[in-house]
Amino acid sequence: MAEYQTSEYDVLVIGAGGAGLRAAIEAATHGARVGLICKSLLGKAHTVMAEGGAAAAMGNVDDRDNWRVHFADTMRGGQYVNNWRMAELHAKEAPDRIRELEAWGALFDRTPDGRILQRNFGGHRYPRLAHVGDRTGLEMIRTLQDHTIHQAVDVHMEHTVIALFKDGDRVSGALAYDRERGRFHLFKARAIVLATGGVGRAFKITSNSWEYSGDGHSLAYHAGAALQDMEFVQFHPTGMVWPPSVRGILVTEGVRGEGGVLRNKQGKRFMFENIPENYRSQTADNEEEGWRYTQGDKNARRPPELLTRDHVARMIVREVKEGRGSPHGGVFLDISWIREKLKNSEEHIKKKLPSMYHQFMQLAGIDITKEPMEIGPTTHYIMGGVRVDGATQMSTVPGLFACGEVAAGLHGANRLGGNSLSDLLVFGRRAGEHAAAFAKGQGTPSVQNADVDAAVRDALAPFDRAVSADGPYQVQHALQETMQDLVGIVRREDEMQRALKTIGELQSRASRVGVAGNREYNPGWHTALDLRHLLTVSEAITRSALERKESRGGHFRDDYPEKSKDFGTFNIIIRRGSTGEMRLERQPIAPMPPELAAIIEEMK
Amino acid sequence: MTTPPIPASLATAPEPTPLPGRQTRAFDVWRGDASGGKFQRFDTTVAEGMVVLDAIHQIQAEQAPDLAVRWNCKAGKCGSCSAEINGMPKLMCMTRLNELATDKPITVEPMRAFPPVRDLVTDVSVNFRMKKSIRKFQPRPPDAPDGTWRMAQKDVDRVQEFRKCIECFLCQDVCHVLRDHHKHDEFAGPRHFVYAAALEMHPLDVGDRIPELKRQHGIGYCNITKCCTKVCPEHITITDNAIIPLKERVVDEFYDPLGKLVKIFSRRKST
Repeated sequence: MAEYQTSEYDVLVIGAGGAGLRAAIEAATHGARVGLICKSLLGKAHTVMAEGGAAAAMGNVDDRDNWRVHFADTMRGGQYVNNWRMAELHAKEAPDRIRELEAWGALFDRTPDGRILQRNFGGHRYPRLAHVGDRTGLEMIRTLQDHTIHQAVDVHMEHTVIALFKDGDRVSGALAYDRERGRFHLFKARAIVLATGGVGRAFKITSNSWEYSGDGHSLAYHAGAALQDMEFVQFHPTGMVWPPSVRGILVTEGVRGEGGVLRNKQGKRFMFENIPENYRSQTADNEEEGWRYTQGDKNARRPPELLTRDHVARMIVREVKEGRGSPHGGVFLDISWIREKLKNSEEHIKKKLPSMYHQFMQLAGIDITKEPMEIGPTTHYIMGGVRVDGATQMSTVPGLFACGEVAAGLHGANRLGGNSLSDLLVFGRRAGEHAAAFAKGQGTPSVQNADVDAAVRDALAPFDRAVSADGPYQVQHALQETMQDLVGIVRREDEMQRALKTIGELQSRASRVGVAGNREYNPGWHTALDLRHLLTVSEAITRSALERKESRGGHFRDDYPEKSKDFGTFNIIIRRGSTGEMRLERQPIAPMPPELAAIIEEMK
Repeated sequence: MTTPPIPASLATAPEPTPLPGRQTRAFDVWRGDASGGKFQRFDTTVAEGMVVLDAIHQIQAEQAPDLAVRWNCKAGKCGSCSAEINGMPKLMCMTRLNELATDKPITVEPMRAFPPVRDLVTDVSVNFRMKKSIRKFQPRPPDAPDGTWRMAQKDVDRVQEFRKCIECFLCQDVCHVLRDHHKHDEFAGPRHFVYAAALEMHPLDVGDRIPELKRQHGIGYCNITKCCTKVCPEHITITDNAIIPLKERVVDEFYDPLGKLVKIFSRRKST
C-alpha cells in the first residue's frame, strides 16, 4: 500500500489565486472546516500578474454606469453565448465585492472626492475598473491573503493535486504531492472547489506562468464533469515580443486606457481601419476624440485601440502578415506620444503605469516615456472551462464546484479586460458559500484505498521508466509548438486535424517519458505529471474548435470567417465517454428572461 | 551552515555590456539540500536579452532535469525566484545576463539566510509564520452611510509604496540580524516592518502594533544599515520610509513619557 498523509475537510479549495482565496474565506465564514491548496507559495498565484483592474459598475467616475450597462457590455463582448445568469449576478454583485476588499485593507487609487477611482478599458462603456496603478492583481491577492491567514483555513503550500476521487456520484477527495518533500497527501472532503486558473502553458507564447497547465479542467474532466466552450481562448493583443526570452509577457491594456496608441511600421493608426459593426456607434472616428475619451471626456467615444481583445489581436496579426509589422514581428504601442498633450507626461506615465515602465526598462532597455514598445498577441486566458450552475458554481459532478478562470460561462466567446478580477471575487464567494452549504448535508467522505494506490502508482511511474532524450520538457515543448502554430489565433480545419493527430502521438510519447532524481522538488517529474493535464485540455480545445464552424469572439476560423446565427444558439460541451474517448455535444443555450433580453435590446 | 558575506558594493551594478549574438557562458549553480551541497559547473548557450532564470531553465531542460528552482511569473511580479547571483540577492527573472561580468562564471546560489530545501529552493516558511503574528487590519467605522470610506490620494500614496512589496524576501536575506545573527524568531525583519508600516500608516486603520513591534518583533535590533532598501526589486525605501518612522513611534510610546501624556490628553480633548 502506498504511503501518504491524510487530512479531512468540509470544503477543500484547490487553488489560491483570487477565486480560491475568496472561496476559502467564504466557506470558513459559513463555519466549514477549510483546507486551501496552493500550487506555489501563498500569494504567488497568477492573480498577482493582473494589471489593469477589476470591473464593477460603481459609477464613481461616471454616474451613468450601473449593473445593467455592465451586463450588456459583458454579453456583447462575449457575443451572446455567455451564461446570462452569471453575467447578471456578476454585474450586480461586483461593486459590493470591491467595497468589501476595501474593508479588508485594499487601497485603490482615489477620485478627487476620495472614492475608488475607475478607469477605462476595452469594451466597457464607462470608466469601470477599480485599480491600483498597474498592479491591481497584487493588491487584490495580498488583501485576500492577509485576510485569509486570520481565518480558520489550513493552507497547504506547494502542493499539486493529481487526482480527484468519488464516492458514488459525488466527489469525495483529492490526491496531491507535496513539492518540497516529494510526499503524497490525501485530502478527504465533503465538497471541493476548483479554482485552478487556466491553460496558457499549452501554448508557446503566453502571458501565463508554469502553473497554468489546465489542472482543474483536466481533473474535472477525468472525474466525469462536463467542460464547455473550450474553443474560446483569449489571445491578448499586447504581449512583449523582444527580446526573445521575454516574448509573451503581458503589457497591460491600461496602456491603451491611458492614451496609448497602436501604429504599424508606417506610423499609421491601423485600428481606425476596420471597426466592427456592433461597436461602430460607440467608437471614435478620429484621433482627437479618442484622446479626449481617455482623458475622461464623457461626450467622447472610445478610441478603436480599446475595442475587444479578440478584434485588436486579429488586427495586429493582419498588419504583421501583410508586411507592416515592427522589426521583431509585432506592431508598435506608443504611450510616449502623449507628451504632445501633457506637460508632465513622463511623470504621468510613471505614476499610472509604474510596472510597465519598470518591465520595459529592465527587460528590454526601453524607456516607454520616450519611445514606443514593440508588442504582439500572447495567449492570455481561456473563457471555456468547467460547466457550472450560474448561481451555485457547482459542476455536473455533485460536490465539485468551480470558480474563476477554470469555470466557463461568464465571458462567453470573449472576456472583457477587468471582468476577470471581479469574476474571481463574485464567483469565488458564491462557490465558497454553496460548497459550505453542500458539505453540511453530507456524511463523512469516503475514498477507496485502491483508488489512491492506483493514483500513486500512476504518478510514480515516470521514475520506473528509462530516461531518454525524449523527456518531459521535449514533449511539453512539442505540444506548445503544435498548439501555437495550429490552434492559435487563426484556425483552419486541416491544420487542426493535423494538431489532433500530433496530440495523439504526443499522448503516447508522454506515456513513455522517464525521469531521474529524487522526489523532493524535482521539476522534471512535475513536468511529466503536468503533461496529462496539458494534453487533455489541448485535445478539448482542438476538438471544440473543429466543431465550431464559424468565427466568434476569441475563436477565429479562416475557413469560416463569418459569425453564424445558428452557432450562437448553443454551447459546445465535452465529456469523457465510457471508453475514455472525448465526447462532444451541442447544448442549447437556455432562453434569456424577458427583463434581461430587454436590457440587451435597449443598450444595442 | 556558514553564511557568505554580501559584497560591500551592494548598490553598484556594472554597466550593461552588449551581448553579441549567441555565445557560451559558464554558470556555477549551487546544488544540494539541508545536508550540504556544492557548486556544479554548467556551460550553456545564451542569447540577447536572456535573464538568469532563462539560463537556469535551459540548463534544466538540456542538462539537469531535476535542478530545483522556484519561479512563477517570470516578470518580476510574484517574487518567487529570489537567489544570490554573483553573491548579490536578486530576482533571477529580472537579472539580465549582460549586467553581469563576462570574465568569470556566473554563480547562482539559494538565499543563504533561509534553510536550504534543494538546489536553489529555500524554506521561507518562517516569513509566513511571522506575518501571522502581526495584528491584522482594523478599519475605523465607515465614513458614509453606504458603508464606504473617503480617502485622499495623497494619504494613500504613502502606503501604496509599501503595498508594492512582492514578498520576495530578498530584504530578509540580506538583513544581517537574520543572515548573520539568525534571530528569525525574535526579529520580524524588513519585509514585516514594511507590512506593519503599511497597516500603521493605512488611512483607515485604528489598530496599535507599536508595543508588539518593540517586544515581540524586535525592531530595536535594526541598526539602519539600509541593506534591505538597496536590494529591494520594487525600490521600496524600506529603511527611511517604513522602519525609521516605526522606530520613532516606538520611541514616542516607550521612551517619551511627557509626550505620551500630552498625546493621551489631546486625544481626550478631540473626542
